[in-house]
Amino acid sequence: MLFFDMMRDPAFLVLCAIVLAGCSGLPGLFLRHGTLGQRLASVAALTSSLLALPSILYLLLGGGEASFTLNWNLPFGPCEVALDPLSLFFLIPIFLIFPAGSLYALGYWPAKSQASEKSVTFFYGLLACAMAMVVVARNGFLFMMSWEVMALSGYFLLVAEHGEKEVRSAGIVYLVASHLGGAALTALFASLFWITGSFSFPAPHSLAVAGGVTSTLFLLALAGFGSKAGMMPLHLWLPSAHANAPSHVSALLSGVMLKVGIYGLLRVISFVSERPLWWGALLASVGLTSALAGICVASAQKDIKRLLAYSSIENLGIITTGIGLFLLGEGSGNPRLAFLGLAAALFHVLNHAIFKPLLFFCAGSVMHAAGTRDLDRMGGLARRLPFTAFFALCGSIAICGLPPFNGFASEMLLYLGFFGEARSAVPFVALGAPVLAMVGGVAVIAFVKLYGIAFLGEPRTEAAAKGHEAPVTMLAPIGLLAALSLLGGLFPPVFMALVQPALRALAPDTGLVSALPVPPVWFAVAGGSVIILAAVLYLFLQGRVKGRQASGPTWGCGYLRPSPRIQYTGSSFGAFFSSLSGALIRTRLHVDPVTGLAPSAARLSYAPEETLLHRVVLPFLNIAGVACAFLRRLQHGEVQIYILYIFATLMLLLLWVH
Amino acid sequence: MNSLADQLLVLCLLINFAVLGTSRLAFSVRSVAVQGVLLGVLPALVHPFSWHLAFIVVSIILVKGGLIPVLIIRAIKKAEIEREFSPFIGYIPSLVLGALFTSLAFIFAAKLPLAPEHEGLLVVPAAAATLMSGFLVLMGRRKAISQVLGYLLMENGIFLFGLLLADAMPVMVEAGALLDLLVGIFVMGIVINHISREFSSIDTSRLSALREE
Repeated sequence: MLFFDMMRDPAFLVLCAIVLAGCSGLPGLFLRHGTLGQRLASVAALTSSLLALPSILYLLLGGGEASFTLNWNLPFGPCEVALDPLSLFFLIPIFLIFPAGSLYALGYWPAKSQASEKSVTFFYGLLACAMAMVVVARNGFLFMMSWEVMALSGYFLLVAEHGEKEVRSAGIVYLVASHLGGAALTALFASLFWITGSFSFPAPHSLAVAGGVTSTLFLLALAGFGSKAGMMPLHLWLPSAHANAPSHVSALLSGVMLKVGIYGLLRVISFVSERPLWWGALLASVGLTSALAGICVASAQKDIKRLLAYSSIENLGIITTGIGLFLLGEGSGNPRLAFLGLAAALFHVLNHAIFKPLLFFCAGSVMHAAGTRDLDRMGGLARRLPFTAFFALCGSIAICGLPPFNGFASEMLLYLGFFGEARSAVPFVALGAPVLAMVGGVAVIAFVKLYGIAFLGEPRTEAAAKGHEAPVTMLAPIGLLAALSLLGGLFPPVFMALVQPALRALAPDTGLVSALPVPPVWFAVAGGSVIILAAVLYLFLQGRVKGRQASGPTWGCGYLRPSPRIQYTGSSFGAFFSSLSGALIRTRLHVDPVTGLAPSAARLSYAPEETLLHRVVLPFLNIAGVACAFLRRLQHGEVQIYILYIFATLMLLLLWVH
Repeated sequence: MNSLADQLLVLCLLINFAVLGTSRLAFSVRSVAVQGVLLGVLPALVHPFSWHLAFIVVSIILVKGGLIPVLIIRAIKKAEIEREFSPFIGYIPSLVLGALFTSLAFIFAAKLPLAPEHEGLLVVPAAAATLMSGFLVLMGRRKAISQVLGYLLMENGIFLFGLLLADAMPVMVEAGALLDLLVGIFVMGIVINHISREFSSIDTSRLSALREE
């Protein structure tokens, strides 16, 4: 009886769903043959989502909160988990993308052809569970444990294809970066413990200590959570990690795990009662820098998934900018700016969690069809993968922030925030608007390149010519996300209703301005008119072409046998723009030129290189490696000597105790 | 009763020297097994009877006196080795160092702030001396099987320390420690088999090529 009573409690259902998600991959580990384990995992993922999402929406819209104290025997204070509007809001992307990716994996990473399927399925569930635990934890120690489980399961997912050297080195870089971030977070929770005397999270707005201490907390949180969220310049691990993981894993890492970093930052900010103005200024400038630099670097990439990964840095930059505006608005007594900034940030969290997995799923289908991640080897896929091409078009429009999709709605709020500042006494903040416009413009370059080179034109290789449409288990989640993306663009109040409770919990003062400054109907009108305009143009052009279609050889401009290889490549398309952003990224050529009278085979290869990584960080690491070479002598390889080290340490400790 | 316990502890100390001073592996394994059985009997002498205690005694004797030695002896037969040749630390120096560490252990135990009911006993010095002998074996020997023996000696030392707390020690902790040990021995056994199959030698000092370059 008691159990059924508990099952009626939506908060308890959410916790059950979290546990179910974590266990989803377990049966597969023990089943030896066939695809049963993977199917069971997908069913468990869908069930957990069906349990969790209605309960989350019920709690979020009904204003419910819940908190549980687990009984653990560890000496770190009560183990509290709680569902408040902020946690509930960040649980939505987890329980949206996890089942979608799990379904997608049935077609993309099938047990039949992938030896690593079992571990990928298991860690996929564990990652979702750990992220959800991070979001609901209210005890610093539980938070760190879940955080580590999250980081490690992310590692095991991303090295699924560990036979390749590139994947292994991406894994190592990821591991090092997440441990550095983890060190900052450990310091953060240790200092919180030092201030409050307990590992339990302080109540919102309750932390009021002398300025230096809270600022230290803030900077530690920025370092720890910022490196997880891929803020520049802490983003170096992100592109190769997201590019080398299987696509459904990249979708979860990029669409959801980065947001967990944003969640942590918002949670720590919510502890503090008095937030200095410079926090906002710092976040806004870091955000704008990441957004602009991220998208500039993205536009020069030739690897489809790397491009998407850099664009995640851009989007997370936009979210950070929103949080920065919120703090600026709050600090300067401008509730309208605070409202617009935070609403834009939270709205964009939701939006990015929809269109980025959509694009990663599409990239997965494309790789499935063309057998490569290199844009310059694709082409002409729109004819061969019509559905994927259509959905990728939807995702690309959404990510550029254009109507009628959801990216437009959230970036619009940010623009309104910037423009509103133009009339204030000190209109520095308004300078963000042109930067944001620039980001949007470069995003259009990047995604026109992605879509145009991959899907339009003629196939550049035989593999691309033989491409085939993805199975329905892969298309269904993509279609669902595209529909959600359109919904958010045409009817933003639907998503804003989810944002509002979290907004009120974080910033009670903005309650006065709780409505959009633009009547929501205009979003529907703008989106609708774009759709109608596109349809009319399409029909018009179709009609014009139909009557006068002629076929025959074109004038070859002197090329007698034109081949698909003379098409624009992604690199030539982006060459002009990347020449402008040369300070950030450069395309390195490796040339074996034609020499002599009887030349041997000549080759040319090229790869984009990020200046920060190749000119600053790697040389610095090399110097550090040389400087610390003497430490390597300690690493002997002799087990006996290692035991001697342990013994010596033990003896020293014994002496020290005396 | 305590005098009997002390005599057993002295025997344990002597067995440490037996292990340190011999090159014959089978003899070392048997000595460590005997030491394990002695240690298994000790709690029954020190503490009053309880079912929990009886469980600990029986399981310790079965695992340390029966299961583990059988596993190791089988590994020795499979790998076809009898002796430890040319250790890093020779047998005579091992014995000298063992004597040194044992006397250090006594000094250390005398300085340790112990509960009054434990002060007269030999338990703490014997524990520290056994632990350090285990370390000595680990550091001084080449063969993988000797390494296993070193771990066993160390565990015996740790167990002796735990003896002081046996009343307070929950069954779970005890079972966990035993299970750990057993799994450790299993893994070592598998590793030994693989090493001897792949490299036709179980000399751990040749494994240094596995370090990162």
